[in-house]
Amino acid sequence: MSAKTLYDKLWESHVVHTEQDGGVLLYIDRQLLHEVTSPQAFSGLRAAGRKTWRIDANIATVDHNVPTTDRAAGIADATSRLQVDTLDQNCAEFGIEEFGMHDKRQGIVHVIAPEQGLTLPGMTVVCGDSHTATHGALGTLAFGIGTTEVEHVLATQCLWARKAKSMRIWVAGRLGNGVTAKDLVLAIIGRIGTAGGTGYAIEFAGPAVQALSVEGRMTLCNMAIEAGARSGMVGVDAVTIDYLRGRPYAPVGKVWDQAVAVWGDLHSDLGAQFDAEIRLEAADVAPQVTWGTSPEMVVDISARVPDPALEKDPVRRKGWSDALAYMDLKATTPVSSIVLDKVFIGSCTNARIEDLRAAAAIARGHHKAVSVKVVLVVPGSGLVKAQAEAEGLDRIFRDAGFEWREPGCSMCLAMNADRLEPGERCASTSNRNFEGRQGAGGRTHLVSPAMAAAAAIAGHFVDVRDWAAH
Amino acid sequence: MEAFTVLEAVVAPLDRPNVDTDAIIPKQFLKTIERKGLGKHLFDAWRYLERDGKQVDNPDFVLNQPAYAGAQILLTRENFGCGSSREHAPWALADYGFRAVIAPGFADIFANNCVQNGILLVCLSMDVVDHLFHEVMANPGYRLRIDLPAQEVQTMGDSRYAFPMGAGHKHKLMHGLDDIQLTLQQDGAIRAYETQRRQTAPWLFRD
Repeated sequence: MSAKTLYDKLWESHVVHTEQDGGVLLYIDRQLLHEVTSPQAFSGLRAAGRKTWRIDANIATVDHNVPTTDRAAGIADATSRLQVDTLDQNCAEFGIEEFGMHDKRQGIVHVIAPEQGLTLPGMTVVCGDSHTATHGALGTLAFGIGTTEVEHVLATQCLWARKAKSMRIWVAGRLGNGVTAKDLVLAIIGRIGTAGGTGYAIEFAGPAVQALSVEGRMTLCNMAIEAGARSGMVGVDAVTIDYLRGRPYAPVGKVWDQAVAVWGDLHSDLGAQFDAEIRLEAADVAPQVTWGTSPEMVVDISARVPDPALEKDPVRRKGWSDALAYMDLKATTPVSSIVLDKVFIGSCTNARIEDLRAAAAIARGHHKAVSVKVVLVVPGSGLVKAQAEAEGLDRIFRDAGFEWREPGCSMCLAMNADRLEPGERCASTSNRNFEGRQGAGGRTHLVSPAMAAAAAIAGHFVDVRDWAAH
Repeated sequence: MEAFTVLEAVVAPLDRPNVDTDAIIPKQFLKTIERKGLGKHLFDAWRYLERDGKQVDNPDFVLNQPAYAGAQILLTRENFGCGSSREHAPWALADYGFRAVIAPGFADIFANNCVQNGILLVCLSMDVVDHLFHEVMANPGYRLRIDLPAQEVQTMGDSRYAFPMGAGHKHKLMHGLDDIQLTLQQDGAIRAYETQRRQTAPWLFRD
C-alpha cells in the first residue's frame, strides 16, 4: 500500500459517490451553525418543503451578533436581535441542538465545538464560516462553506467537492520564548502570501508544530484560510488524545478505546508525497506585527514598515501604497513606534484559555497606557470565561484597566456594538486586518495575545521577549 | 437560478489585488435574513462618501462613473474574493447585476459560492488581464463577449482568450441546476455509507 497523507486518509474515508467527471459527493460528519450564515439556508429548506437529513450531526450557537456586555436586557440592535431570534426559531423548528445566548456553553462556534468534544479526529467538519479550518487541529478535514452549501448539508449530509492539492508546511526546531503559534502562522502567511495556499489543503507538521498544545494548533489551522487554503490540519498524536479525553461529547468506555485505536492512524505516513512542501526554522520566527490591510503585510517586531518604492511588481507596489495610505503609516517607520488607540484580545484565533493566560502573564501588575482608550478582553466561550475567573485572570485584567466581557466574536468583525471608530488604530489578536474589518475606517494590526497585552500597557508595540525588562 | 450561456456586456475595471469579501459586502449588511437587496451595498466603503451626515456617491469609484453604467462583467486582479466565506458577496454582486468576473485568480470558497449563484468566474493569465485593463481604460464603454459553451472570452476586435472550467461547474452554470435535487438521487449511496460508518465509527453518531 502506498504511503498516504493525512488529507488522503480523511478524504478517502468520506467519499460517498464519484461522478464520471471526477466530482465527489463527500459525507459531512459535523455541521456547525451560527446566526449569520444560516437563516437563508433554513428558509430555502422550508420553501422547498425539505427536511434535515440527520439532525444529530448539527450543532448551533450564536456568536457574531451577541453583545459582550450585560445580556440581561437582550440585544439592543433590532437587526442583530432578529438574526439571533431567527436561529433560535429555526433550531426549535428543525430540532437542532443550540447553545443559546444565555447558555454557559455559548461562545464562538470554533471555540465551543472542540471544547465540547463535538469536533473529533477523523471527522469532516463544515460551517458557514471560513475559520472552520480551526478544527483541523484535531486531525479533521474542516472547511468553510457558503449558505447554499449549508442548506445542502442540512438536506443531504453531503457536499459536492473536488480534492484539493496537498501542501505540507514543516516547521523544524522549536519556537523561542515569547513566540507563539500566532507569530508562526503570520510568518507563514508573510512567506507564502494570502493566495499561497489557494487550491491546497495544508498540513502543518514538524517538531515545532508537535510541540504546540491543541489550542496552539487551533490558532495555526485557524489562519490557514488567510493563506488561501480552505483547510489546515495537524496529525493526531498523544497531545490530541489527552485534549479530548473527558470532553462532554467525546466517546467514553469501550467506544473511546475503539476510537483512540482508529485515531492513531490519522497522520501522514512516512514517505507520503505532497504536491508542495515548505520548510521553516522555528528559531527564525520573531513576534509578528501586520502593518497593512492584508495578513501577508507582516513584519518582525524589530522591523520597519516597508517602502513600496523598493517593490518591483507594479500591482504589489500599488497594493502597498494603498495600504499605507489607509493605515496612515509612512514607509520605514519602526513598528515599535506605532501608537495604539484600542486593543482587542479575543476571536476564534486567540480567545481560548491559554491565550488569556498569556495576555494575563504580561498584564499582571501593570496598567494600560493612558493613551489607550479601551482594551477589550473577550473570552471565546462561557466556559473559557468561567475557567479564567476561577484562575483570577479577570482580576488581573480589571486591575490593568482592561474590560472583561461576555463571550462572542465581538470586535474581530464588529457585527455587534464593539467596534473601531474611523481612524482608530488597534492591536488585535484576531485574524483579518482588512479595510474596515473592525469598524468602518478602523486600522488593525494583527498580533499575538502577549504582544497585544504588552502594546496595551506600553501604548505602542513592544517586543514581548524584552518584557522582563519592564 | 438563471442559466449562463453567452454574455456580451460592458466591463467595469476594479484595479486592486486581494479584494476581500469584507470589501465586497461589509459586515453591517450581513444581518439580513434574505438573499435579495444587497446590490445597493456592493463595495459600500469604496462606493459611497459621507458628506454633511449624508451618504453620497464617491465620484472616483468605478461603478459611479457613467462609462460603466450597466456593467455586467467585473475585471479585477488576483485573489479576488479572499477572506470571509459570506455568500452575501456573490449575492451582492448578482443583485447589482454582475454575471461574470474576470481575474487571474479567485479565492476557493468565494469561487464555490459563485457557482451556486450563477456567477461565472473567468480565470485568465496576468498578462491577458493586464492587457484587458489597458483596453478598458483606453476605451470607455468597452464590452466583452463571454461564451461559456466555448470557454472563450471574445473582444469586439475578435481576439479570443480561452479560459479553464471544470465540467461539473460548467454544466451546473449552463443549466442553472439545484444541487440538492441532484444529490438526493444518491440517497441510497448516502444511506449505505452511513450504515457502514455506524459499524466502524459509532462515536460519530449521537442518536
